[in-house]
Amino acid sequence: MAKRQVMFTFPQRLIKEPIIYNLGQQFKVVTNIRRADVAESRGWVVLELEGEEKDIEQGIAWVTARGVRVDPVIGDIVEG
Amino acid sequence: MSYARALRCRKCGQEYPVQPVNLCDFCLSPLEVSYDYKAMAKGLSREKIGQGPLSMWRYRDLLPVEGKEVDIGAGFTPLVKADNLGRELGLDRLYIKNDCLNPTYSFKDRPVSVAVTKARELGYDTVACASTGNLAASVAAHAAKAKMKAYVFVPSNVEKGKLVGIAIYNPILVTVEGSYDDVNRLCARLAQKYHWGFINITLRPYYAEGSKTLGYEVAEQLGWSAPDCAVAPAASGLLFTRIWKGLEELSMLGFIGPVNTHMFLSQAAGSSPIVNAFQAGSLHAHPVEPNTIAKSIAIGNPADGYYALRVARQSGGGAAAVSDEDLIAGMKLLAQTEGIFAEPAGGVVIAALKKLATSGIIKKNELTVAFITGAGPRTQEVVSDIVHPFVVQPSLESFEEVLGVGV
Repeated sequence: MAKRQVMFTFPQRLIKEPIIYNLGQQFKVVTNIRRADVAESRGWVVLELEGEEKDIEQGIAWVTARGVRVDPVIGDIVEG
Repeated sequence: MSYARALRCRKCGQEYPVQPVNLCDFCLSPLEVSYDYKAMAKGLSREKIGQGPLSMWRYRDLLPVEGKEVDIGAGFTPLVKADNLGRELGLDRLYIKNDCLNPTYSFKDRPVSVAVTKARELGYDTVACASTGNLAASVAAHAAKAKMKAYVFVPSNVEKGKLVGIAIYNPILVTVEGSYDDVNRLCARLAQKYHWGFINITLRPYYAEGSKTLGYEVAEQLGWSAPDCAVAPAASGLLFTRIWKGLEELSMLGFIGPVNTHMFLSQAAGSSPIVNAFQAGSLHAHPVEPNTIAKSIAIGNPADGYYALRVARQSGGGAAAVSDEDLIAGMKLLAQTEGIFAEPAGGVVIAALKKLATSGIIKKNELTVAFITGAGPRTQEVVSDIVHPFVVQPSLESFEEVLGVGV
């Protein structure tokens, strides 16, 4: 089992969709939310994903394809 | 002996031992080093610092290291009174902290010196980082000095000229095909999988502390006092928060009076998530896609955005973004008034300073320090249009004719 810490940023149109629920259901990924904030125009969630490496990869690809931005929880790693 | 006591979560306060970890297990927020300031205050004085080496290591007792430092001579760079530039901007008491004059030409030598020292102390034989230039050069140079192996990851579209400044130190240089975000994701996974001292990930709490020395130095160079205003560039936002932390610590230790410095951060408009959040009155920097020539500070998803925003607000400071055109004008103005050739990030600082001074936010008589954090020669192509030499034949006549001078 692998673990991955990520930040999802939701555009306004996706705020009401149960994306995290579906991620867990469809890809056998355990989602564990640690911090979150939802504002009028955007929302973000910091969470840990746990599951098989390939399920996590496929799950992230699906979430990204839905229009959610997925980043490492530590922010950008490439620096100047 | 180090006065570092623990790593502490910056959000929820949970504490951890001094180990190579960077995230809180509970809330996944960044950790920072916490110190025994009481013991530090007893063992340290201005005089003791004054007797130390003329490098950032004169502040060793304020840094989280135990072992012998990996020192290539970083820090104690000049704080220059910038009268010519001050006159242009209408500021009577302007200083430039010229951090171009570090061994690998940027402020990164400060945090990297601490992080590589810590890596060696923690038993790593390999360090790593992902960078488009300044950080990679600094990590490779410090690893060479420490006789450690260095893996350096660079996006494949980085200018070839920058690679030379990294490769000269002989790290294992890896160029990664793919977008900037792809490189980010790959490196997050590499840091999890390999037992390397990943300088700005697993060792980030220690890396961060090196930048405090910029704050210490400025205060010491001003005769142990904090400036009224500070203007610094922001990429991840880490440097900005650490200049402030450095000043606050000196005040807490009684080496300077209360800190009333207004902290202003500056970004290029093409990559300004922190400035956007400041202007929107938010403390969360929403990620953006960077698009600016100021590549050394083009970070779309800043790790320390929240903390940088807090410093800007709490200190009664602010945030300003400037266009690429304005930052180039800033680079030229700094070079042509003070003789300092900065990289585009320095142009951002000068252009932002101009904006803040012109609008009266920074006032004429306030003692202001502008932080110039990297040198220009590595990115000189952005101002290459400035070259218009007079072409003469090797004779006096030709010289006088072409330049229109004579007896």
